[in-house]
Amino acid sequence: MYVAVKGGEQAIDNAHALLAKKRRGDTGIAELGVEQIRQQLPLAVARVMSEGSLYDEELAALAIKQAAGDLVEAIFLLRAYRTTLPRLAESLPLNTGAMQLSRRISATFKDVPGDQLLGPTFDYTHRLLDFALLAEGERPGPPVDENTTLSNCPRVLGLLGEEGLMTPEIDRGEPVPDLTREPLELPASRAERLQALARGDEGFLLALGYSTQRGYGRNHPFAGEIRIGTAEVWIEPQELGFPVCLGEIELTECEMVNQFVGESAEQAQFTRGYGLAFGYAERKAMGMALVDRALRAGEYGEEVQGPAQQEEFVLMHCDNVEAAGFVSHLKLPHYVDFQSELELIRKLRQPQAEQTEADAETPAKEKRA
Amino acid sequence: MNAQAIPAREAGYNFAYLDEQTKRMIRRALLKAVAIPGYQVPFGGREMPLPYGWGTGGMQLTAAILGADDVLKVIDQGADDTTNAVSIRRFFARTAGVATTERTPEATVIQTRHRIPETPLAAGQIMVYQVPIPEPLRFIEPSETETRTMHALGDYGVMHVKLYEDIATFGHIATSYAYPVTVDGRYVMDPSPIPKFDNPKLDRSPALMLFGAGREKRLYAVPPYTRVISLDFEDHPFQIQQWEQCCAICGSGDSYLDELIVDDAGTKQFVCSDTDYCAQRAQPQESRP
Repeated sequence: MYVAVKGGEQAIDNAHALLAKKRRGDTGIAELGVEQIRQQLPLAVARVMSEGSLYDEELAALAIKQAAGDLVEAIFLLRAYRTTLPRLAESLPLNTGAMQLSRRISATFKDVPGDQLLGPTFDYTHRLLDFALLAEGERPGPPVDENTTLSNCPRVLGLLGEEGLMTPEIDRGEPVPDLTREPLELPASRAERLQALARGDEGFLLALGYSTQRGYGRNHPFAGEIRIGTAEVWIEPQELGFPVCLGEIELTECEMVNQFVGESAEQAQFTRGYGLAFGYAERKAMGMALVDRALRAGEYGEEVQGPAQQEEFVLMHCDNVEAAGFVSHLKLPHYVDFQSELELIRKLRQPQAEQTEADAETPAKEKRA
Repeated sequence: MNAQAIPAREAGYNFAYLDEQTKRMIRRALLKAVAIPGYQVPFGGREMPLPYGWGTGGMQLTAAILGADDVLKVIDQGADDTTNAVSIRRFFARTAGVATTERTPEATVIQTRHRIPETPLAAGQIMVYQVPIPEPLRFIEPSETETRTMHALGDYGVMHVKLYEDIATFGHIATSYAYPVTVDGRYVMDPSPIPKFDNPKLDRSPALMLFGAGREKRLYAVPPYTRVISLDFEDHPFQIQQWEQCCAICGSGDSYLDELIVDDAGTKQFVCSDTDYCAQRAQPQESRP
């Protein structure tokens, strides 16, 4: 007689088995290998590593496979693994100025020391479906000139800074907080903000960045420099007393040049928005840089006009693991609370029914989880 | 049902999943929470292998306080057999290898979502509540910076204004669950989305009440025998839900009932939301000759 949601263990087990079947698809087709994902979906791997806050291409590829291509789910898998890892050391600040570049562009100068380097990019591709790929066509890369030498590529904003045109970023030598270990306290430091944005959802940051371009907290951005390449990670263990190189990671860095500030016309300086992401992740880095600059409104005495400038709004809602979890929890049974709402709404409607009111407007009420 | 056989603990993870340093950090925050009843203590919430919003706060608290001798009960909507309760109970059976039970009096730790058991709790028991939004003022004031200041100043006028506006608009206080309470005469607290029916069970309960919000990284507590008063007005005193019906299974007339729609004609039936309470009451009735 009692037929309420009986979510027995058997049902859960069956659901998991069905999911495994769904993930595998037609067993007549070869199974996708983790290494194939790592090699052939590098941009998906990059996103999962960035927002999962863990630089491990193999595990990110595994997460993508396990999540059946759902990147937000893959990010969650990686995060849940990451949280169990011990913290062994803190790295020294990365020297992105010495990156080995695969791409480097500046929209602010026609030519810069070290030159512009397009590298592998979707820019300037015509978005026409390439039916050759349908037939598994191989495409060789461009010819390589083995005699070229690396040239020095100083950061573009550094050049502006030397002229005194950029507001300097001052390193106060404060200890860097770890968002994944300590709760976010508001107002947050810039280090905490940047950490939150680096873990933040690409789509959310993209939309917020876009909103600043459309006037909700406008601050005139120029893509000062975008650089993609590999940088070395160094640590300095206390017991050694000298730094050692752990290896290198691929990074995308974006520095936006924004409108000037200053006490007077003579002291006017450009300001900066900063974005950094693991792997090849240009859209993410650009969105992050726009939002970082928007969140500096307070620092520069600007009026807060748009959502992208509201620190609490941005930082509390940019994490897609938190957001996806809380939205998806609506699928859990809520029948106890709904029953209490039913009881209430019936009670509220009683006197109204007696008055035979025509407008049976249901009272609008805030819903809580 | 008696305490189930102790399952084998999964190797590869620490006891109850979280590492000892994290558990220690949470226990320190819990001590602070017990010392300041109703105050929301920020803590370094970790990602759990379950989604945010599905009980990660409660699970971290349970993980931090669980010992090898504990007997764990997990309920969701008052029931031991709802999917999420099954999932969380399984998680701790796997990672901590503790005994689990569906019987309220046998449990030393009860993790819950949305209900307090009907069976009175005893001294020594610990209730762990899963909390989605720990801030009772959140839907009046969205900013955390503002609400923390309001708590510091005991500035709760807006909450009474909201309840008054309900009465002015609807004739009743239109909050039926997550009904705000004052703890020990100081902090206004969200008792988690339990129906207001359960609010009186918090008052001077002999059990320790712990509340964990994982996504919001806050925890708070009500120590045993603490005054917990639901907000109200002299001329509109706090009232709990009542049903005209009794439970269709055990006949209880004073438990919280779930409404079931049992056929296409919309016929309704009411049964206890607390499945253990209902089963205990039904058992002697059925075995009677």
